[in-house]
Amino acid sequence: MRRIHDFHGGIHPAENKLQSLATGIRPAGIPSQLILPLAQHIGAPSQPLVSPGDRVLKGQLIASAAGHVSVPLHAPSSGQILAIEDRPVPHPSGYSAPCVVIECDGRDEWVEEPSGIRNYRACEPSALLEKIRSAGIAGMGGAGFPTAVKLAGKPGAGITTLIINGTECEPYITADDILMQERAADILAGVDIMRHILKPQEILFGIEDNKPAAIAALKTAAAGSDVEIITFPTKYPSGGEKQLIEILTGKQVPSGGLPADIGVICQNVGTAVAVRNAVIYGRPLISRITTVTGDAVTAPGNFEVLLGTPMAHLLALAGFSAEKCERLIMGGPMMGFTVSGAEVPVVKTTNCVLAPTTREMPTPPPAQPCIRCGLCAQACPASLLPQQLFWFAQGKEFDKLEQHNLFDCIECGACSWVCPSHIPLVQYYRAAKADIVKQRRDHEKSEQARLRFEARQERIAREEAEREAKRAARKQAAEKRAELAAEGGDEDPVQAAIERARARKTAQQGTAPANTPDGGVKQLAALREKLAKTEQRLALSREAGEDNKIVTALEATVQRLRDRISAAEQSPAERETP
Amino acid sequence: MNMVELIAQYPLLAALVALVGLGAPFGALLGYAAVRFRTEGNPIADQINEILPQTQCGQCGYPGCRPYAEAIANGEAINKCPPGGQATIQALADLLDVEAPVLDEEHGEEKAKTVAYIREDECIGCTKCIQACPVDAILGAAKQMHTVIASECTGCDLCVEPCPVDCIDMIPVEEGLQSWHWPLPQTASRNLDVIASDASPEERAA
Ligand code: SF4
Ligand code: SF4
Ligand code: SF4
Ligand code: SF4
Repeated sequence: MRRIHDFHGGIHPAENKLQSLATGIRPAGIPSQLILPLAQHIGAPSQPLVSPGDRVLKGQLIASAAGHVSVPLHAPSSGQILAIEDRPVPHPSGYSAPCVVIECDGRDEWVEEPSGIRNYRACEPSALLEKIRSAGIAGMGGAGFPTAVKLAGKPGAGITTLIINGTECEPYITADDILMQERAADILAGVDIMRHILKPQEILFGIEDNKPAAIAALKTAAAGSDVEIITFPTKYPSGGEKQLIEILTGKQVPSGGLPADIGVICQNVGTAVAVRNAVIYGRPLISRITTVTGDAVTAPGNFEVLLGTPMAHLLALAGFSAEKCERLIMGGPMMGFTVSGAEVPVVKTTNCVLAPTTREMPTPPPAQPCIRCGLCAQACPASLLPQQLFWFAQGKEFDKLEQHNLFDCIECGACSWVCPSHIPLVQYYRAAKADIVKQRRDHEKSEQARLRFEARQERIAREEAEREAKRAARKQAAEKRAELAAEGGDEDPVQAAIERARARKTAQQGTAPANTPDGGVKQLAALREKLAKTEQRLALSREAGEDNKIVTALEATVQRLRDRISAAEQSPAERETP
Repeated sequence: MNMVELIAQYPLLAALVALVGLGAPFGALLGYAAVRFRTEGNPIADQINEILPQTQCGQCGYPGCRPYAEAIANGEAINKCPPGGQATIQALADLLDVEAPVLDEEHGEEKAKTVAYIREDECIGCTKCIQACPVDAILGAAKQMHTVIASECTGCDLCVEPCPVDCIDMIPVEEGLQSWHWPLPQTASRNLDVIASDASPEERAA
């Protein structure tokens, strides 16, 4: 007999499970409309493949997975696509989100007889994973993490223990319980497929001792196999992944770590059935078992319901009286949330629709100051200090929250449940967690903006430097030319100006060296030669598109030489005439 | 004369020699370490820059977050960044261990985050906005339609002014299902901020 371990804390709320166990699983039938949110799982929303007006058949792919952590979506029944639009979805925000709406024709026609892999043991695990992925299975216990991604795991992380979670510790909910009672063989078939994929050393099936019928059914079904059915005392929240692992193996998942880090993987019983249907029968995930309970329904029970069925349809089957019910809850009383109305659909993670009367679940009294009684710390299954976390959450002291392992909080609500001051502690943690996640995301974004900004600054600086270098090179070239010109003649503008002044002076004095006709001719020839040279250089400079300053300087020189030539040409004549 | 006698004879001198003897190598070691392990740049300015929102809008009066970070490191007030708002001021105050002031109204007020959107059919392709964008979040070429890469836009507003045809709008970032998160409980009030023994007399009476 395996030793059962205990985890820290935990509470014993009223179970309220019997109400919904009076009857077996009932079919919920086909509603007139199915509303299928594109985001029913953790990860990227799926991409719709159909458009309004299309006729779809049962099991047809209507939206594909967008990326690795995402799942596809299938039509739960045949009919026509009415719209792809925003509809209210079961989400604590009460927001609307994109949904595919199908107007059912009631004929429930299959797209084609789906083909399964009966002899899966002969199959590569990767092919089975592909089957599970394309069936659109996301964890049915409540979190909705894509099952194929979880089963594929990290390469190299050897899984030694597969844990099947049949705990269902939350009050009121009996969906897993009834599934284990009625379909134990199906569950074990799914487990066997997972065994083939994961090849664990042991398979532990955890179940609380408040479900004797389910335990009996499982023990019969598992007779002769190596799946260990382990029962343990009922305590909330023993169904938490980390808590269940501790109960069954005595090992603790390290803070901030995943079960896979210690070689464990947990799967819900509903997921096991979905895996069996996907692999053996090739059926996509289009329905699930959902508990409808609470004092506001007269015939509580479990229904096999098509995904996308409006909660109103289910509630009607269970004899719902709207006037008695103040709020509608998806999930249980501890971890569930209030939905915006009965028009929201059942999704892959809807394990329970709870319709309590006001007397049954009264609005909590106003919160009082914390009296530091420490009951919350005693109840916390994650061994946290809820009163401290509450303190820091109010002050938004995020680093202190992280130091106190806020992210190990499983949001089970045990602390709020025991708190004599009725402080809604979990809500503070949920808000603080979200704030921290947002802050991290913002920081990532600002980091990216900083990098882009710096890259741009760098680029601008580089371009400026390049321009500067070009300018400097051009200047140097010009200087060199000026030097050359100075050697060859009076190219330099300053030199030229001096020369011109001198020439004017000599002209005035009438003592020009061009006095002799010979000297005049020689000088003229020299001047002409110089002019030709300068003009050539000017043309070259213009062509090369060099700095304006150089071009103007050259132009001035050309002009000056022309003047001098014309002066020299005139002077002998002038001198001759008088 | 051997060593022991020497020390016994001049205890003061011996102590002095010993101390100097110890001090010299350690000093040399520290000096070497200071050179060898010198930190690049200005670490406090880097830490401040980490906290600033990197919107690069210049509302603080500096040409970008980095220059403002350096100014803060040199004693500038920490409440001049409107995009960062009170949260950033708080973080800066924590880092610098000072009291957190309120945001300086002169530099603007804390607004909801926005993202630029170019009305594409009105864009004349003048490239003016590209030149203004501090994070290269606008795509386009001369005489071609321009568009904003929304995921890279910091919402700094700088591209709005230069646009000659006013076709850039700043659109508030909408809260969708993916960005929604649980709010703090409504009941958060003064009476939750205290433990019972800390409550004011009125509260205790209540
Ligand atoms: S909600 Fe979080 S803090 Fe409260 S008991 Fe559960 S795990 Fe602990
Ligand atoms: S149980 Fe409530 S009152 Fe007691 S210490 Fe925790 S938060 Fe405070
Ligand atoms: S106001 Fe804030 S975001 Fe804008 S440049 Fe200055 S530090 Fe950066
Ligand atoms: S696109 Fe406009 S608002 Fe956005 S970062 Fe660039 S300049 Fe700022």
